[in-house]
Amino acid sequence: MLTGAELSASIDKLLALRKEIWQASLDTFLMLGISTSVAIVIGGLFGVFLFLSSDRQFLQNKTLYGILGGITNFMRAFPFVILMIAMSPFTKAIVGTGIGPIAASLVLAIAGSFYFARLVEQNLREVPRGIIEATESMGARPLTIIKVLLNEARSGLVLSVTILCISLLSYSAAAGMIGGGGLGDLAIRYGYYRYQTEVMVFIVIMLSLMVIAIQAFGNWLATRLDKR
Amino acid sequence: MSDMIVLNDVTKRFLSDRSIKDKNGKPHWFTAVEPTSLSIKQGEIFGLMGYSGAGKSTLLRLINLLERPDSGQVVIDGVDLTQLSASDLRVARHNIGMIFQQFNLMTNRTVFDNVAFNLTVSGYPSRDIHKRVMECLEIVDLTDRAGHYPAQLSGGQKQRVGIARAIAPSPKVLLADEPTSALDPATTRSLLTCLRDINEQLGVTIVIVTHEMSVIRRLCHRSALLHQGKLLEVADIQDGLIQATTPIGQGLVQED
Repeated sequence: MLTGAELSASIDKLLALRKEIWQASLDTFLMLGISTSVAIVIGGLFGVFLFLSSDRQFLQNKTLYGILGGITNFMRAFPFVILMIAMSPFTKAIVGTGIGPIAASLVLAIAGSFYFARLVEQNLREVPRGIIEATESMGARPLTIIKVLLNEARSGLVLSVTILCISLLSYSAAAGMIGGGGLGDLAIRYGYYRYQTEVMVFIVIMLSLMVIAIQAFGNWLATRLDKR
Repeated sequence: MSDMIVLNDVTKRFLSDRSIKDKNGKPHWFTAVEPTSLSIKQGEIFGLMGYSGAGKSTLLRLINLLERPDSGQVVIDGVDLTQLSASDLRVARHNIGMIFQQFNLMTNRTVFDNVAFNLTVSGYPSRDIHKRVMECLEIVDLTDRAGHYPAQLSGGQKQRVGIARAIAPSPKVLLADEPTSALDPATTRSLLTCLRDINEQLGVTIVIVTHEMSVIRRLCHRSALLHQGKLLEVADIQDGLIQATTPIGQGLVQED
């Protein structure tokens, strides 16, 4: 057990780091915000086209499905750390630098996009075929059918965004390698390299609380949206 | 009365299973609809009757081109649908309502929004949509359920929403794919009355697929009898009796 003296020493160490912890929290929120938003748009589009080009859907096309699926599998096969290094020329070209939280956000966004694409494809597959048929029989345009699909799948999609967001939070810990900062990075630098176990424990607790909060919000929203 | 629906030698076959090959190594095709010709008059209630695998649902789905025929023509109100572009086909479909065995309502929209959706899709003037939705819900006696979601309704109520949705843009044709097969006998009776009223009051031509002889006897003016993808005959229905003349047709009718 911790003695009173050890406990107060630990609290002092944490207090001394409060600026770093605050900055790391901001970096984490920045990375999560950017990467989740971008992944929702790119991954969402990719997922919709994956689904629509698959068997028995109205853009059914084996070649297109093969290409989209191939790209998705290839991108998902990359270990995140390797993707960060591989993408550095690309991030330099886009944001002007290969390091820092913005550059890390870009890599997170790409990794998240292809992960999310598969989740979206699965969510759309769960919409009963008959609902799409009924919409087709009314003479709806393809864009309208896509809107119906997304609306019918909405509670599953919200849960998928929740999973995406939590995965990106966990990936972002590796962003420290390219100077991305963030809580995970701080935990590794202080907790692991400098043997300040209390910093690591504190940050892991913070991250757990964030995961719990994100999941709880996602569950709440998904339930609210589900009228099935 | 003029013909509303004319099918000219339509056929449809499906690739049954890629793994099954015939002795020449060709994939196995399953013929759902053998060459079939039919005319259905304006204002008629026409049945498509047969057992599972008779091709009746496929034949119905050929009428609005949910399934495209491999050959033949589908002429609705004088227009051959098989010749239309994708956008003209969408416009033609505004004139052909459809209801389904599993209702196929949008679960995340209210009853009102389900009906309104078809009006929006059909290009109905948006300021008149509210009035038209309530009119249609009145016809199926569901005005008090407008704000409910489909999950809060019974099967019979869901099917009535399906009917309200289908007739909202005032189509000339209503296609009904086993509309009562998921319903109990009492609900079936009231739904058939509802369909008959729509036919008599709005003059909508109705084509109904069913394997239930009683549905044909109570509702239809004429019915096609189908067996294994072939049209055996078109029988008149008089005094609630199906006047089958072919031996297989008479067998089919008696088995009920």
